[in-house]
Amino acid sequence: MPSETTSPLATYNAHLEKGELAYQFSPAANRAVFFPRVLCPYTGSDRLEWRVSSGRGTVYATTIVHPAEGQPFNVALIDCDEGFRLMSRVEEVPPEQVKIGMRVKFRVHKPGGEEAPIPVFTPEAP
Amino acid sequence: MDGLKRGAAAIVGVAESDLGQVAEGLSPMDLVAQGTQRALADCGLTLKDVDGLFCAMTQQRMSINGMIEYLGIQPKFIGSSMTGGSSFEFHVAQAAAAIEAGLCNVAVIGYGSTQRSVGRRQASAREFNPYETPYNPFFPSSAYALAASRHMHQYGTTREQLAEVAVAARKWAQLNPVAWEKKPLTVEDVLKARMISHPLSVRDCCLVTDGGGAIVMTSAARAKSLKKAPAYVLGCGHGITHMNITSMPDLTVTGAKASGETAYKMANLGPKDCDMVQLYDAFTINTILFLEDLGFCPKGEGGAFVSGGNIAPGGGLPVNTNGGGLSYCHPGMYGLLILIEGVRQLRGECGARQVKKHDVAMVHGNGGVLSAQASVILGTAATL
Repeated sequence: MPSETTSPLATYNAHLEKGELAYQFSPAANRAVFFPRVLCPYTGSDRLEWRVSSGRGTVYATTIVHPAEGQPFNVALIDCDEGFRLMSRVEEVPPEQVKIGMRVKFRVHKPGGEEAPIPVFTPEAP
Repeated sequence: MDGLKRGAAAIVGVAESDLGQVAEGLSPMDLVAQGTQRALADCGLTLKDVDGLFCAMTQQRMSINGMIEYLGIQPKFIGSSMTGGSSFEFHVAQAAAAIEAGLCNVAVIGYGSTQRSVGRRQASAREFNPYETPYNPFFPSSAYALAASRHMHQYGTTREQLAEVAVAARKWAQLNPVAWEKKPLTVEDVLKARMISHPLSVRDCCLVTDGGGAIVMTSAARAKSLKKAPAYVLGCGHGITHMNITSMPDLTVTGAKASGETAYKMANLGPKDCDMVQLYDAFTINTILFLEDLGFCPKGEGGAFVSGGNIAPGGGLPVNTNGGGLSYCHPGMYGLLILIEGVRQLRGECGARQVKKHDVAMVHGNGGVLSAQASVILGTAATL
């Protein structure tokens, strides 16, 4: 394997900076790979292609975190249409209204400062 | 485990360290030493006999070095696999293999934690994951809550059924003199308790206590001459499906399916042959998932299976007879304590909570966020 000049995380974050949700695709396995990495976990191949997701997906699992201080908030696992799963949250609806099976779409959240942008989701318009 | 011989090794000595809230300033390794001394006394061996050591901890990264330093012995064989709370079930399989291969003859597996005394944050380093940490999940609870949400969605499992697990554990704890929580508990109490990560309330979550202990293992040949009736290692198996909850292939099916199948095959036994189950109930959903995956009921029927007192004292299947991580003791990595309870039940030492038929115990450890599953089937001499 040649040395990496850019880390998988840096590539992922660069896409997010542009407003894109990127993931890797393994031609050897013919399936999506997430989280970004240097080896395909299904075949061991180091040939992983970067692709940009349509940003559409379905809520796979959901919870409402009740912090010791502050308001309860959502944490969810989202199955994107391209066949990869990621942790995120669904915004613009109260956390108890986030339901498994709900169709959602991606947008980028930029916390600012030193923190990297992250993907979040909102309900798809009905 | 493929290649491991059924009944070739046995657990011969077991002991808890001090539990609950230990004396101020006691270290995790003090608790390992307490457990070691008591477990050796339990079987009539001494430190001079010990030539194998196993340890894993959250508060000491190189815990096996610490254990050697503290006990002042030079073991011929060591192991320190760290899979989270199931580490000790892995250690049992490794110790059995080492004993069978002649690499050591008397192995001690130890654990200690002072997480209640020092605080959970001090006891366990937080790891940053750029794909999960920014969403502020409350780990490990939120990971188990996500699994519970999926099980409820797919199989109609209810919060009441989750609560039944906590209620059964509490009833067992009331029969255990050293259990931490013994106040009466109802399904309603669990539902109304402070929410941690929906659908799990604080009563769906394990205790935060200090504690630890040790077990002593040796060959079946040597086991016969010791003080107590040996608990033979009949079967071992493991299944690790992921590390982070996002990577778990199916949140309703755990590695316990693989670990159970492997252990049953080695033991030449099935779920119907098990007189009891001692499993790692860090959260109420664990008990439901593991009973399904270990074959005690079909997938999706765990909620109904645990209801109506079926796993409580007097029910159809004794589960977590010490009161579990939910009500007895949960010192960070609980997996060693379920081995201790399994052995004591097989010996018939459990007093008010003793189960009537006690020849075969399924002991099942869980580590990480439903990540590392390991099953150990223990049996009395009658099962050889």
